[in-house]
Amino acid sequence: MDLKEHVVQKLKEHFPGTNFETTDYRDELTIKFPKEVVVDVCSFLKFDPDLEFSFCEDVTAIDWAKRKDRFTIVYQIYSFKNNFRLRLKADVDESDCKIDSVTSVWKTANWQEREVYDMYGISFNNHPDLRRMYMPEDFEYHPLRKDFPLMGIPGSIPLPKK
Amino acid sequence: MGLESLLKQDGYFTTKVDALIAWARKSSVWPMPMGISCCAIEMMAAGDPKYDIARFGSEVMRFTPRQCDLMIVAGTVTYKMAPVVRKIYDQMPDPKWVIAMGACTASGGIYRTYSVVQGIDQFLPVDCYLAGCPPRPDNLLNALIMIQDKIGRTKAAEFKNAKPPELELTQRN
Repeated sequence: MDLKEHVVQKLKEHFPGTNFETTDYRDELTIKFPKEVVVDVCSFLKFDPDLEFSFCEDVTAIDWAKRKDRFTIVYQIYSFKNNFRLRLKADVDESDCKIDSVTSVWKTANWQEREVYDMYGISFNNHPDLRRMYMPEDFEYHPLRKDFPLMGIPGSIPLPKK
Repeated sequence: MGLESLLKQDGYFTTKVDALIAWARKSSVWPMPMGISCCAIEMMAAGDPKYDIARFGSEVMRFTPRQCDLMIVAGTVTYKMAPVVRKIYDQMPDPKWVIAMGACTASGGIYRTYSVVQGIDQFLPVDCYLAGCPPRPDNLLNALIMIQDKIGRTKAAEFKNAKPPELELTQRN
């Protein structure tokens, strides 16, 4: 059986009540699910002996600006065992701008989630060390949000006196 | 300098103290290599035997600011890095000079974004701007010669009452 169908079928069997949306574009499989089940789904994908998605390549986010669910969190994961890449997506709304951290599943997600927190302002529940990654600690904005001006907000980062 | 011919005649020569001190200063400009990004590679190339910054007496790159006269800011200065650059500049003893090497330090360069300082002259007094992305080592040597000319025109008395800068003791985390 095709591995893509196998992954989707296993997920649907294991999480019967959950709504999974799958897209297959250019031979890349994407699975979208509600954000509440993110840790369960991820740990299932990692620890299932057939799948073994043991490597979290990247965690990032998309800002859709005016959409109802403003943000989408994207996880790129890889299975060494099957040489197979999978993309996971979960929507996060601005009014409830948080999602569970997957650091308990993949340790590599730690800094990647910090980056998402820094750039998009999405906070991660149960993250061990949720600090800013690039910007100064006392910076108030999130630069990769669509409503942040490219040249920044004048005076938001103080320069030393001349 | 052609001093040998003078020494053959009488064994001494007369000059001004200012000229002598300025000559000594400009012939031994010790750079602080503030290599922050890719311009630093060209700065290192200026030190190799092909370009040989030693011809101008500046081969002693000191990695402590306390022994330096000239700060070569080579690379993109971000807002997060700016206090660090300023702190190192403040630790250099007077008199001191600054070269803004490359497009990024001079104007922000291609990085026209929220995170990059659009020209280090916003927080440092710059003596020489150096064009290029990155500038060739020859260009850095050209800037060094310009700085030497500038040092050659200084008078020792100018620096007599130079006040040490007030160091900002609180560190931003």
